[in-house]
Amino acid sequence: MHTLSMNRPAPAHPAPTAFAAALQRVKRRLPRTVLLVGAICLVIALILTAIDGRGFAVKLIYSLSVGVACNTIVFAAMLLSGWSTDLLYRARGRPLPDQSNAGWLGVLPGALGAALFGPPLGLSLVDGITGFTSPSMLNLNSTGSRLTLLFSVLATLITIFVLQAQERLADARAQAEAAQRQAAENQLRLLQSQLEPHMLFNTLANLRVLIGMDPARAQAMLDRLIAFLRATLSASRTPQHPLATEFERVADYLALMDIRMGPRLQSRLDLPPALGQLVVPSLLLQPLVENAIKHGLEPKVQGGRVEVSARRDDDLLVLSVRDTGIGLAAAATAAAGQDGSHFGLAQARERLATLFGGRATLSLAEASDSEGGVLVTLRLPIEATSPTTAA
Amino acid sequence: MNAPRCLIAEDEPLLAAGLQADLAALWPELVVAAQVGDGASAVARALALQPEICFLDIRMPGLTGLEAAQELAEDWPEDTPFPLLVFVTAYDQYALAAFDAQAVDYLVKPVDQARLQACVSRLQTRLQTRLQTQVADRSAPPAGTAPMPDDTLAQTMNQLRALLSAAASTATQPPKLLDVVQAQVGNLVHLVAVAEVIYFEAADKYVRVITAEREHLIRMSLRELLPQLDPQRFWQIHRGTVVQARCITTARREESGKVTLTLARRSEKLTASRLYAHLFKGM
Repeated sequence: MHTLSMNRPAPAHPAPTAFAAALQRVKRRLPRTVLLVGAICLVIALILTAIDGRGFAVKLIYSLSVGVACNTIVFAAMLLSGWSTDLLYRARGRPLPDQSNAGWLGVLPGALGAALFGPPLGLSLVDGITGFTSPSMLNLNSTGSRLTLLFSVLATLITIFVLQAQERLADARAQAEAAQRQAAENQLRLLQSQLEPHMLFNTLANLRVLIGMDPARAQAMLDRLIAFLRATLSASRTPQHPLATEFERVADYLALMDIRMGPRLQSRLDLPPALGQLVVPSLLLQPLVENAIKHGLEPKVQGGRVEVSARRDDDLLVLSVRDTGIGLAAAATAAAGQDGSHFGLAQARERLATLFGGRATLSLAEASDSEGGVLVTLRLPIEATSPTTAA
Repeated sequence: MNAPRCLIAEDEPLLAAGLQADLAALWPELVVAAQVGDGASAVARALALQPEICFLDIRMPGLTGLEAAQELAEDWPEDTPFPLLVFVTAYDQYALAAFDAQAVDYLVKPVDQARLQACVSRLQTRLQTRLQTQVADRSAPPAGTAPMPDDTLAQTMNQLRALLSAAASTATQPPKLLDVVQAQVGNLVHLVAVAEVIYFEAADKYVRVITAEREHLIRMSLRELLPQLDPQRFWQIHRGTVVQARCITTARREESGKVTLTLARRSEKLTASRLYAHLFKGM
C-alpha cells in the first residue's frame, strides 16, 4: 500500500463546476484504483479458491469483473452527485459552494449501489462473455454467492476508504505547504517594502550630510535607523508584540522621515497608556504609516500631517492612521506612473484575516473633514489581543 | 565670463544643503542661483533664471525630475543654450548608469566625493567647449542668427526621450486599449470612437478630445490616458498633445528644431516639440 501513496495527487485546482471537480477527482484516482482493485481481487480469488477448490483463473476473472463493476458504479455515483449539485445550485441561482468535497456525496450511495448491483453486473458480464453460468446472486442460499457478495462489498469499501484517506492526507499536506510558502512570501515582501532602496539610500544620504553638519543629530538618527532595521529584520521571529512597542517602531520610522522631509511632515502619535500592553501583530501599523507618507504626503508639494491613534471601543481595539495627503483618487493617478502599489494595505488585510479570521476589519476611506487625505481604520477583537503575561 | 550658475531641485532639505555644501567645496565659482523642493518650481525657476546647470532629483512631489526636464526641453527659449542636466536619485530604477559619460549626467545618493568630483569636471569641460563654440560662431564672418544646434542638445534630447520611455514602461501592467472615449456633459454622456479622434490635448486636469466636427472634455489626465492608446496610431508630439498619426498631412521642420504639423479635416496647426521632432523624417 505504501508504494501506492508515492503517486501523490497534485493539489486540487479549483474547478468551475462540481461536476468538473468530481471528474477531476475520479481521473486522479483511476490509476490507483485499478492497482488496488487488482490486488484485492487477486486476494479474493485466492481465498475463494482455497475455500471450494475450484479453478483459480475463473475466480480471478469473476472477482476482477465484480471489482471493476463495483468501482464503476461508485465513480458513476460520484459524477452523478457532482452533476446534480450543479443542477441544484443553478436552479436556485446560487453561486457554487466550495468544491473540495465535490462528488463525495455520491460515495455512500455509490458504495451501497455497488454492493447490491456490482456483483450481479460483474458476474453476468463474464457469464455473457465466457458462457459460464454462475449461481444467481438472488439465490443467497449458495455459500459461493454469499461469499462473492460479501467480498465484493468489502473490496469496494476498502478501496474507497483507503483512497479517501490518502487523498485527505495529501490535500492537508498540500495546504500546509501552500500556507508555509505564502507566509515566507509575505515575509519577503514585508522585508522588501521596509528595506525599499529609495527609503534606505535617501536615509543614508541624509545621515551622510548630518555627520558633517550636526554629529549629535546624526547619532540620534543612526540610533533610530538601527532600531528600525532591527525591528524589520526580527519581525518574523516575534510575530506579536505589545501595542506600545508597535508605536515605538512607528515613532522610529516617523523620526527618520521627519529628518528627511523636514517641515513638510508633521506627525502625532496618540496611545492611551491603558492600551499599551495589548498584544498586536508586529509591524501591523508601520507599513500603513509608510503608505500614508509615500502615497499621501510625499507627492504633496506642501506636505502635511500623519496621525496614528489607538482607542478602545467596547471589546474592540480601534487603530487608525490618518494623513492629510493628496487623497485616494489622486494617489491612484500618481501611482499609475510609478512602481508603487498598495502592498502595505493588502499585506495588513491578509495578516488580519489569518490571525483573526473575520473578526478583525480594515477599512480605507477618504477622510471626511475639510483637510482631506486618507483614513485607514483597523478594528481588532480585544479578547484576542490579550495583555502580555510577561511584564 | 560670468560665473556659471546652477539650480538645485531636491525635496529633502538636508540633501539639498549637503549637495550645495559639497559643490561649494569642489567648485567654488559655481553660483547656486536657486534651490527648490518640487518639480513645478524647478521648471518655473529654471525658465526664469536660465542657469547653465540643473541638478534634478528624480523623485519629487508634483512633477518628477524627468517630467521637469521634459517641460524644460519643450519650453526652453531658442536663443539660450539648454542647461546641462544632472539627475540625482537614491535608486537607479531607470538604468541611468547606461548613459554614463553621455550628455545627461547622473548622481546616485548618497553622493560620494569622488563621483561628485568627476561630475563637476565633466560639467566644467562641457561649459568650456560650449563657450569656445560660441566664440567661434561670433568670430565667423557670416554669423547665423540662430545658435548652432550643437551635438550636445541633440544628445540631451535623445537621452531624455530614452529616460521618459523607460519611466513610462515601468508603470504597472498596461491597461486595455481604449475603444470609445466617454465625455460627460451634465446628464448626457457622449461616446466618441477613438478612431474618430484627431488629437487629444491636455487642459489642466482634463483632456480635450478633438474630432473633425467637434470637441469634448474628459475628466482624466493625459498621463492616465496615454497608456490606453495604441502607440502605433497615436503619437505623442508634445507633453500635452497626442495626435492620431493618419490625420497628419504634412510636417515642416522649423529652425528652432520644432516641427509644425498640418492636419486632415482640421484647420489648426500643431507643434511637435524638440523631444518628439525625430518622429518626422522622410522614409
